Amino acid sequence: MAVDENQIIDEVTKAPYKYGFTTNIASDKAPLGINEDIIRLISMKKKEPEWMLDFRLESYRKWTEMIEPEWAHVHYEKPKFQEIHYYAAPQPKKKLDSLDEVDPELLDTFKKLGISVDEQKRLTGVAIDVVMDSVSVATTFKEKLAELGIIFCSFSEAVQNHPELVKKYIGSVVPKSDNFYAALNSAVFTDGSFAYIPPGVRCPMELSTYFRINEANTGQFERTLVVADKGSYVSYLEGCTAPMRDENQLHAAVVELVALDDAEIKYSTVQNWYPGDEDGKGGIYNFVTKRGLCETNAKISWTQVETGSAVTWKYPSCILKGDNSVGEFYSVAVTNNRQQADTGTKMIHIGKNTKSTIISKGISAGKSQNSYRGLVKINKGATNARNFSQCDSLLMGDRCGAHTFPYIETSNSSAKVEHEATTSKIGEDQIFYCLQRGISEEKAISLIVNGYAKDVLNKLPMEFAVEAQKLLAISLEGSVG
Amino acid sequence: MLNIKDLHASIEGKEILKGLSLEVKPGEVHAIMGPNGSGKSTLASVLAGNEDFEVTSGSVDFLGNDLLELGPDERSHAGVFLAFQYPVEIPGVSNINFLKAAINERREALGEEPITAKEFLKQVKEKASLVELDNKLTNRSVNEGFSGGEKKRNEIFQMAMLEPKLAILDETDSGLDIDALRIVANGVNQLRSKERSFVVVTHYQRLLDHIVPDFVHVLYDGKIVKTGGKELALELEEKGYDWIKKEADAVTA
Repeated sequence: MAVDENQIIDEVTKAPYKYGFTTNIASDKAPLGINEDIIRLISMKKKEPEWMLDFRLESYRKWTEMIEPEWAHVHYEKPKFQEIHYYAAPQPKKKLDSLDEVDPELLDTFKKLGISVDEQKRLTGVAIDVVMDSVSVATTFKEKLAELGIIFCSFSEAVQNHPELVKKYIGSVVPKSDNFYAALNSAVFTDGSFAYIPPGVRCPMELSTYFRINEANTGQFERTLVVADKGSYVSYLEGCTAPMRDENQLHAAVVELVALDDAEIKYSTVQNWYPGDEDGKGGIYNFVTKRGLCETNAKISWTQVETGSAVTWKYPSCILKGDNSVGEFYSVAVTNNRQQADTGTKMIHIGKNTKSTIISKGISAGKSQNSYRGLVKINKGATNARNFSQCDSLLMGDRCGAHTFPYIETSNSSAKVEHEATTSKIGEDQIFYCLQRGISEEKAISLIVNGYAKDVLNKLPMEFAVEAQKLLAISLEGSVG
Repeated sequence: MLNIKDLHASIEGKEILKGLSLEVKPGEVHAIMGPNGSGKSTLASVLAGNEDFEVTSGSVDFLGNDLLELGPDERSHAGVFLAFQYPVEIPGVSNINFLKAAINERREALGEEPITAKEFLKQVKEKASLVELDNKLTNRSVNEGFSGGEKKRNEIFQMAMLEPKLAILDETDSGLDIDALRIVANGVNQLRSKERSFVVVTHYQRLLDHIVPDFVHVLYDGKIVKTGGKELALELEEKGYDWIKKEADAVTA
């Protein structure tokens, strides 16, 4: 071999997780386990209205009748649901009006991540709704957004201040009993983000949330709801890193997007939950339900860069209900060491002339398993529906696996569905070529991988793309030499 | 500059180079010719540090350093450049970014500041014109969708950008039509200097009409069996390799 590939991979995969650290913030926790009393406690702590508690309890009752799914191409020890704290809040000293009042240790955490909140604010004009554990501690740029009638706040605040909107749309895209983890989330979600863009308004800045799991043994159940009213536009960014842990941590979020007539939502994610050590010990379980609903002429784009988690189970999907609506899914999923990812999308074509595009780029290294699972479903009434899917896999070394499970169901003969798939290996010859030009192994792998993922990275907002490139480099290379 | 002594190298246990010696002084152009399978490309790969090949004995001194002790990237930083016979494609990585990474990695290794954008672009423009490389090609992904001729021109363009001390051309003429051959050779000739040496591995004499060598070596069965001036290439063109094989076999017998 031109370069001893296994050796390189060993070197890069043995680099310790660079973002492993925890923050000491005193925390207010619910007792271990889940039952109706715990749910009532969560609802009470959050001073929720009756309908919200009912929603939770109904979800919980449905959940107790459901079985954890096993169809995904992943193997893991199932979470012990009675050994999880379902609620933890950082000790609120008082209501915060500005970042100056935020716990300095929290701000320091963000600095370690290279995402200093004030830098973000100053340089990028991004409004950030910081989620630390399960309760939002700071929300910025609210006033500027408020001038336009845009609501961007924590989910709890939305329940308090905009109950009519939350009540109308929660569970409208991902029903309470949609799946095992969505039902669990619906029962015990503690916080998350809410955004509403009024009719005809183009949101002038990227809405961004940084998630962080912080408390040991705290299940994180985020709830995100984004509603783009008629003719509006919003670009929403979600990004996260998590500190090093020994216990597996469960993350079961639900994200619902509603794009009403002529509206557009662009939802970008950079996900970097702790993947576990090189033996796969201690990483995050990421079982997420993300789905968007498009009304007439509406468009939803999901762009994701997935590098973290021990086990990922995630299919951001689009229901193309309205005529001429458009769904897009652009994904880069990296697995390394013993990470397992089963991710993809569902495009459900219901309306006429609906269009969907799927570009999925999987990268497997170490002893990881990376699966693409996608469904393109063309319903009977979806005349002239179009889909284009491209699923590429890149393998590094010979100990990892890449799998593709594309499902296509067409009930309308006028539909056109195209599917392309490739599998390639980072060639020893490519690495040697780079080395000969004086480019180190580490840099060579970074160049090749970023080149491979370019089509997806290009879809990310500029400032996010830079971060994502760094993340790809870190995930695959670590500190060689 | 380059001093190879009794070099033995093998691939998967099979010995290809069997005691090759060669000295190249600054500014010289050495052509390596020889029949198929004689070890020409192996020599190029071994000098560049391709780890497919195992050096079993012998030494290679490059500007006072033990070349065999250096990794391929360190050899590059020291000034060794290999123009590949089959340049690889790197999808999604623009030629420009690739070269910038290469230049800056070397500068970093040598303790120099990164190249400025202005200086870099100036050089790209200048050096691309040496091999008549289209602006569009410099911005495209490395070798992706390039024709055979464009790939070879791109190799010479990269060589011009990296300004090596020793350039090894591995069958750069293969697959080139006569116009492309002229362009490539012309680019190489403009890069000849008193400090820069070339080892030109080729099958055919026609390249040497354009890049006139100081020495021509015939490699046969892993060893240099005959050395002469540029006229030796003409003689080979006319008479083939059989007479050399016979001579060499007679010596070993």
